[in-house]
This record gives sequence, structure tokens and C-alpha cells, in this order.
Amino acid sequence: MKKLFSADRRDYILSFGIVIAAFAIVQAMILTGNITSSLKGQLVPICAYIVMAVSLNLTVGVLGELSLGHAGFMSVGAFTGIVVTTVLADAVPLAPLRLALAIAVGGLFAGVAGVIVGVPVLRLKGDYLAIVTLAFGQIIMNIVNVLYIGLDENGLHFSLLEQKFELAEGGKMVINGPIGVSGVSKLSTFTAGFVLVLVTLFLILNLMHSRTGRAVMSVRDNAIAAESIGISITRYKLLAFVVSAVFAGMAGALYAMNYSTVTAAKFDFNTSILVLVFVVLGGLGNIWGSVIAAALLTVLPELLRAVNDYRMLLYAILLIVMMLFNNSKLKERLLARGRKEVE
Amino acid sequence: MAMLEVTQLGISFGGLRAVDSLTMHIEKGALAGLIGPNGAGKTTVFNMLTGVYRPTDGGIRLDGENLIGKAPHDICKLGVARTFQNIRLFSKLSVLDNVKTALHNEIGYTLAESLLHLGSYRKKEREMDARALDILKVFGLDGKSRFIAANLPYGQQRKLEIARALATNPKLLLLDEPAAGMNPQETGELMETIQLVREKYGVTVLLIEHDMKLVAGICEYLYVLNFGRELAQGTPAEVLNDPEVVTAYLGE
Amino acid sequence: MAFLNNLISGISLGSVYAIIALGYTMVYGIAKMLNFAHGDVIMVGAYVSFCTTSYLDLPPLLSIVLAVLVCTALGVVIERLAYKPLREAASLAVLITAIGVSYFLQNAALLLWTANPKSFTSVVGNGSISLFDGGLIVSHITLATVAACIVIMVALTLFTSKTKMGTAMRAVSEDKGAAQLMGINVNTTISVTFAIGSALAAVAGVLLCSAYPLLVPTTGSMPGIKAFTAAVFGGIGSIPGALVGGLMLGIIEIMSRAYISMQLSDAIVFAVLIVVLLVKPDGLLGKRRNEKV
Repeated sequence: MKKLFSADRRDYILSFGIVIAAFAIVQAMILTGNITSSLKGQLVPICAYIVMAVSLNLTVGVLGELSLGHAGFMSVGAFTGIVVTTVLADAVPLAPLRLALAIAVGGLFAGVAGVIVGVPVLRLKGDYLAIVTLAFGQIIMNIVNVLYIGLDENGLHFSLLEQKFELAEGGKMVINGPIGVSGVSKLSTFTAGFVLVLVTLFLILNLMHSRTGRAVMSVRDNAIAAESIGISITRYKLLAFVVSAVFAGMAGALYAMNYSTVTAAKFDFNTSILVLVFVVLGGLGNIWGSVIAAALLTVLPELLRAVNDYRMLLYAILLIVMMLFNNSKLKERLLARGRKEVE
Repeated sequence: MAMLEVTQLGISFGGLRAVDSLTMHIEKGALAGLIGPNGAGKTTVFNMLTGVYRPTDGGIRLDGENLIGKAPHDICKLGVARTFQNIRLFSKLSVLDNVKTALHNEIGYTLAESLLHLGSYRKKEREMDARALDILKVFGLDGKSRFIAANLPYGQQRKLEIARALATNPKLLLLDEPAAGMNPQETGELMETIQLVREKYGVTVLLIEHDMKLVAGICEYLYVLNFGRELAQGTPAEVLNDPEVVTAYLGE
Repeated sequence: MAFLNNLISGISLGSVYAIIALGYTMVYGIAKMLNFAHGDVIMVGAYVSFCTTSYLDLPPLLSIVLAVLVCTALGVVIERLAYKPLREAASLAVLITAIGVSYFLQNAALLLWTANPKSFTSVVGNGSISLFDGGLIVSHITLATVAACIVIMVALTLFTSKTKMGTAMRAVSEDKGAAQLMGINVNTTISVTFAIGSALAAVAGVLLCSAYPLLVPTTGSMPGIKAFTAAVFGGIGSIPGALVGGLMLGIIEIMSRAYISMQLSDAIVFAVLIVVLLVKPDGLLGKRRNEKV
């Protein structure tokens, strides 16, 4: 019979140790020049995807509700973050501090979006809930796509659908509709991404091992029983959903500031699905699994570069084979043998 | 006034009258039973008492406070806890965590403390562990506190559900067929445990049961339902010898 | 008159959505899975038709038949290889596998036909009928699409209610276990469902590309998502629901493009879906399900 030792303190510290060691190794590789430039370019996206996967796991694995629109929150965080860094460009000259502020505000706005989406969505169940999160993801993408924001000496100007404002001399467009954002200073660094990963892991794992986390998991396992012991279903569903959105927003801000141009289309349905794949392959509710899956699967297409033309095809086949293996009798048998050997 | 006052309670689903003008008075500290043939509406009564269903008419008062229209989690906070006919555990959580989850409103700390594990987090968690283990011990489950709930044998799952309900520190404990699926020896043990719990925690118990031996053995007062209506009430001796009750159970 | 023209375009687009939505809804009803690769089967159907007419110079009707045959086979093979082994697995596992299949089809198409858009020639030509002195113009493809949709709906309704296989399908969708005990071959039933759904996808692909002639490997994705939305909108698992959902979606999309905003039309479509689901959580014609306590 299975025993619950996953919460064990030693494992917890060990896992954090491995993450820190991985960071140190990659840093050493960068310093000694032992890393390809394409892989180096992937480091910040890997960190962003890890945070995305961990945050989506909170909704899908811990709360047990399928979300197909997580990229929407990433988008809100990304574009809010860009506005913040542009506005604060002179006021806060210190780049890391400006990045931190952008990430924080990006998370906050994504959290607000989480409340707006979560209140109606969480009344639904199962596949219907999933399709509505998909719909919200598409709506967010569509709206950002027609959003115009400009900055001049008079402050920020907003408009939807078309640019309805004139900028004073010296002013500049921050978000330019479907063209998106261009010419942003790239503030994100691997170190910044790594710090965000650590903070996310620390907070989410803490949350899971607390009364709040237990309440969320009880709603997942049996909502009617959870209610019967005094837990408000609505409250804890919304809480998990919003916390999840906040971290997605932070990941979005980090991600956006790794590129000089960003468009709304970057955070589409495919991105939501990509992150969902990380979560499912890493294991529902398994936070460390999400970390590993996000890192490996982001690097995988890079590793398959040798077979360039076929890499996405191979990726698709690998994905199908992994899912089939994960649910096959073969895996059961291998696991059973492994367990016997341990005993 | 009795602790639980149920007056003229009724509910309809579409055209079907599932429960009709049911009146019950349950005194503090009582151990009462709700019996009746299959489909008599017993579980529906529990669902109304705990706010899962909203009654069409009638009243429910616990220590004078109205329960009608309140959400299930608020009714729990007012002191009503229950178990389910088809066991509803938090199957992926450990035995200990199942009980600790039920201590949610008993021992609290803030969301910030949850996220940061600072402040009173450690102290409160230890307090929860102690309280939960204390309750599990009553049911002989303290040795299995780290097991995943779904991996427990059936009888122990039933016990864990009662333990979880007790952790909410209820005034009134509703048990829906606690002995279902148990063998006579397990049922005997369960009877003793229910008696013990009632004395140790001072709860009032209302139980639904089919096992007449258990009902006659521990209940002090019985309500008999048939087709959603009260057929009889009284002490077990009175009720079980009532010819109408016998007919309802055995058929014409 | 402009309004009427828009309404007709809406009905035409909605008919395509309805045909695709039927595939989603039948597969969902029977296998209880969201087949995200369905949209990509549409794309394959369109490419097959494109190749037969443009490279082999075969008549359009034959190209449709070929597209239907290839997609039917493809649907059955996908089901056997990728979904059947997961029949007892969690629904999320099946969903991710379907996404894998979708990636596979898109990238295989990318290798075979490259990312360069192919210009699809309409299977019924580019003619149109002009009414009220040119005030109202109905293109041949619109007529063909609406006619195809009506024929398919009637045929499917008759099939599910009158034939033995149709009855078996309804039985499997109600209760797989009980159907098996009654001697219904569940595997065959599921295969047939996939075959029909994929055949419809091929027809939809040809009709879609005849109306909107740019063909790329991702052609099927967005119509796929929208048709899926249409299926949910109408009540997933319900055949009339797919028709109603598809038509409503097509009309709302064209109308918001014409009268509200070109760029926000998708947002409006999805917003309407959200409102409908909040008011009727099981879709317009869906069945209510309640959990027993």
C-alpha cells in the first residue's frame, strides 16, 4: 500500500537543492561558453514556462478543473508588465527593480482578470468549464489585439479598435494593436527567471501544504463532502483559480521582456495547450513533475534540431507515445516490479 | 425546546412528493434513529437538514436558529455534521489530512501564513495534528494516519468518514447507514464506537440504518418513514412491534 | 438587402460549422472525448480534394469522394491507434493524446504541402444566382453548402433513429457497459462513429475551402475550435443541437463582422457562448445531469 511521504521535509529541501544545482550548472556553462546560442535564448522562456506549468497545475491538478485558456492570463501579465516598464523607464533606472515591479503589477492585473473570468466560469462543471476558459482565452487575445496604448508627456492614452489619440511630440506607442509591442528593452535575465521560479515553487508548495491547500484539494476530491465539513466551494475554487492566474501573469511579464517584439497572437490557444501538455505529462498535482516536464519539453525541440524538418512531427509522435505509455499495462508492470525491488 | 426542531418539513421534486409534513423533536444528547424501507425519503431528510436540498415547505431549527436557506458549509459551522450513504472521502488525501481538512473552521490561520509558512503556521498545524490523531485514535485509525484514504479497507473508510464529521466539532451528528456493508462483528464494534463518541464528545446523534439489531441496540427513540411520511415514532420496543411498521417492512 | 446578404453568408458559414460540429458531438456522445484533432481532419480532406483537382485534373465530384474515403480511413486509424488504448484512461489523458494527433496531422501536412498557401478552386465553380436585380446574390457554393448540411442532417437523424447501427450508437452513448451486456459490439460502434464524423469533416473541409479558398496546414484549427464551440453551444452530444449551434454561431460571426467589428467578431462569438452556458449550463438543447447525493 502506498504511503504518503511526499510532504517529507527532506525530499522538499533536496528538490530545491537540485533546482539550485541545475541553475549553477547552466550558469557555469554560460560562463565557459559551453552552451549553444539557441539554447541560451531558451533559458528565460524555460523559466517562464515552468512558472506557467506550476501555476496551471494549481488549477488543473490541485483544484481539478480543466482550463484551456491559461495563456490569456499570461497575456494580461505580459502587456501590463510592458506598460509598467515603459512608464517607469525614467523613474526607476535600475533594471532589475523595474523588472520586479513589472512582474508584480503584471501578476496583480492577471489576478484581477482571474477574478473576472473565475466568478462566472467556476459555476460550470467539467468540459463546459473547459470550453468557457478557452472562450475567455480567445476573448483576451482578441481584445489585446485591438488595444492601442501610447505614452507622452501628458501620460498614458488608451483606445480600442483604432488609434483614437494623438501623441504629443516625443511620445511613443507602447502597444500598437495587432502589431503589438516593439522596441522594448529586454529586461529579463536567466537569473531573474530563476528567482521567479524559486519564489513560485516556494509559495505554491507552501500553499499546498496548508489548510488552504487542503481545502482546495478537498473540493477537488469531493465537493459535496467538502461543503459538509464547512468549506465554501466557491471561495476555494476562486482562490485557487486567482492565485493560478497571478502566477501566470508574472510568467507572462517575465516572458514578454525577453523579446524586443511581442504580439497578442503569441499567447493563443496553442500556448495554453502547450502548458497543459507540460502539466499532464509532469503529473496532475505533481509540482516537481511540472517543473521537469516544462524544462525538458521546451528544450526537446531544440535537441531535435538535428532533424530540423521533422522535429515537430517527432515531438507530436513522442507526445502520443508518452501518453499511451503512461496509461498502459506495460507501465503498471514496470512500476510493480520496481516497487517489489524496493521492498 | 428540543435541540433540533423539524416542523411540517416537505419537499417535492417535479411532481413527486419525496418527503411530506415530517415533524421531529430531538433533544440534546439523544441518540435517535430514522428508519424505513428503501426509497422512504430518509437520505432526502438528511439532505434537507444539511442544506444540500432546499425544502419546499416546513421549518428546521437548531437550538432555535433557522437552517432553511443556509448554504451547506454555513450549516456545518452552526454545528451539523454528517456522513454519506455512498462514502465520500477525500480519496487522494491521507487519512490524517482528511480529518485535518475538517478542522478547517476549528483551527484557522491566514492565507498569508499559508503561503509563507510563517506566524502561527507551525503551532496551528501541530495543534491540528494532535487533535486529528486524537479523533483517529477513537476509531483505531491512528496507526494508519499516513495512508491514502482511498487505500483503506471499506469498514475503515466508513469509520474515517465519521471521524472526519466529528472533527468539525458538531452539536448534531447525522450518520447515513454507518453499518452498511459491515459484517456482524464490525457492526458490533461500530455500535460501541458510536456510544463512546456520543459520551466523549457530547454530540447528539441521528442515524439512518437498515440493520435492526443496531437500531434496537443503541437508539433510544425512532422515527419511521414510509413513502415520505411519518409512519410511527417511539421507543424501539414500541415501534418495532407496531403492526403497521412490520407491514411496511415485510410488505402485504 | 445588405442584411439579407449577410444573413445568407451567416447561414452558409453556419452550415459548415454545423457539419463539423456534428462530428464533434457524435464522437463526444459516444466516446465521451473531446477530439481536438477533428479540425485537422478537415484540413486533410481539403488537401486531398485540392490535390485531386489541381494535380490530377480529376472532376470535383470525384475529389470529394476521394477526400471522404481518405478521411474516413484516417479517422478510423486514429481511433484504433491513439484513442482505443486509452478508453479506460482519464479524460485528460485522451485530450492530450488528441492534441498530439492534431500536432501530428498539422506537421505532416506541413512536410507534405509546405506552409505556402494553396489556392483552392471551388468544387461548384464561382458562379452565383442574382435575385432582385442584383440586390441579393447567392453564390453556388452557398447553395451547395446549405443543401449538403440539410441532406446530412436528415440522413443522420434517420440513421440514428431507424437503423440497427444507429440504435447501437445511442445505446453506447447512454451506457457503454449496459450496451455491451446487450450484445452490442462497442468497438465497432465507436469505429463507425469516428468513420462518420471524419467523412463529414472531409465534406466540411471541401465546402469550407470552396468558400474561403486559402489552404494552409492550420486551416482546420480555428474552424475546428469554433465548431466545437458550436457543439457545446447547442448542447454537446445532441445532433439537432449541433445544427442549431452551428447556424447560430455562423450567423453571429458574420453579423458581428458586418455591424460591430471585424477584429472583435471572434470575441463576440465566444462572449455569446459564455452567456448561453451561464444561463443554460448544458447548452441550448443539452440534457441536464444532476449528481445524486
